[in-house]
Amino acid sequence: MNITSAQYMEDMSGNNSAINATIDGVKMSVPLDPANRHYAEILRQVEAGELTIADAD
Amino acid sequence: MSRARDLADLGGSADAGGLTGRNLIINGAMTVAQRGTSATGKTTGGYFTVDRSKFDLVNLGTHTYSQSTDAPEGFSNSLRVDCTATASLSADSLLYALAQGIEGQNLQQLKKGTSNAESVTVSFYVKSNKTGTYVLEIYDGMNTRHIGKTYTIDTANTWEYKTLTFAGDTSGTLTNSNAFGMGLFFWIGAGSNYTTGTLPSSWASVTNANRAAGLNVNMADSTDNDWAITGVQLEVGETATPFEHEDYGTTLKKCKRYYQVYDNIQGMTLHCYNTSHAYTSVQYPDGIMRATPTATVNYSSGDSFALAGSGKTISAREIVGVKPNVFMFKLTASSLTAGQAGHYDKDSTNIFQFDAEL
Repeated sequence: MNITSAQYMEDMSGNNSAINATIDGVKMSVPLDPANRHYAEILRQVEAGELTIADAD
Repeated sequence: MSRARDLADLGGSADAGGLTGRNLIINGAMTVAQRGTSATGKTTGGYFTVDRSKFDLVNLGTHTYSQSTDAPEGFSNSLRVDCTATASLSADSLLYALAQGIEGQNLQQLKKGTSNAESVTVSFYVKSNKTGTYVLEIYDGMNTRHIGKTYTIDTANTWEYKTLTFAGDTSGTLTNSNAFGMGLFFWIGAGSNYTTGTLPSSWASVTNANRAAGLNVNMADSTDNDWAITGVQLEVGETATPFEHEDYGTTLKKCKRYYQVYDNIQGMTLHCYNTSHAYTSVQYPDGIMRATPTATVNYSSGDSFALAGSGKTISAREIVGVKPNVFMFKLTASSLTAGQAGHYDKDSTNIFQFDAEL
């Protein structure tokens, strides 16, 4: 899984609600759910120092 | 009618593939392909065509992954891998098809991790131009355990029916949850990192070098190569029963627990939150998904948002607030009026995609 960008998204209350990520060349909205395979891979790559999640705009 | 007659009829029904719920594999006849029927030029893995079938590929050529209409008698489709650019094996090369994961809560009848653990039997039809020895691995993702068996393709370009029975595992209980429990991995290419050990003939902790030991083909060594499979069935017990055919709608419904796609949105009502953002909350019409899905908005051009009879200029489309049962669609547009509602239209395919695959 090739993840080239990741940025938190906020809900209407200003809380992080998801991650906007580009995965295998496709822009996706990844939920903050460990049971989601894309989020699990993002966490693994962050833990490995391979990826940084940018703050929400 | 006597009890004996009932039982005889039941047995006859099983012989004809009539008893339902035996097959633990979803879409084993390869009939559902929500993502499309062909994916070309693939050099890495993922979910591409036939639903519930994961393709994994590392350093082993380029392939087309497709839903084929080439199938044995009684089937209409197969899952097919075609090599389009060759590669020699490197240590970390791997290629497997149809890596279907199964939720732990759907495997409790295996009694895995107990002294009464059940055997399972896998049956399938397979066809390739390459004769030789192939590997099927069952992988327990909750306990990192596995077991494998080889099978041979004896005659080139001919559908062959295979059955493989695997012993039950008295170690490693499967959690009763929606997480990855076990999966089938059909290996069709692997480097030395996966082949230099010994294939585990009984359940054991995973050793990478053992995973595809015995595999003696490399699907990427010629662009003439292809491999196809259908009629995949995983069932409890030591006997392969006839494939459990399902109607298309039943299989599609099962697949939508893991992947849903939306086409042709007409008149979706969104409410303006302020002067630049409008939202709507949508229950998935095809049912609750396995987990909170990853959402993709596949926008290219040609949508519209009308507010009080006036078309608005849309600058962004996002899925926010996704849950397993509901998602929120957010539009960013100019000159909106807080409190008003408008209609969104987009007449094309694959507008929203939701992925909750294992």
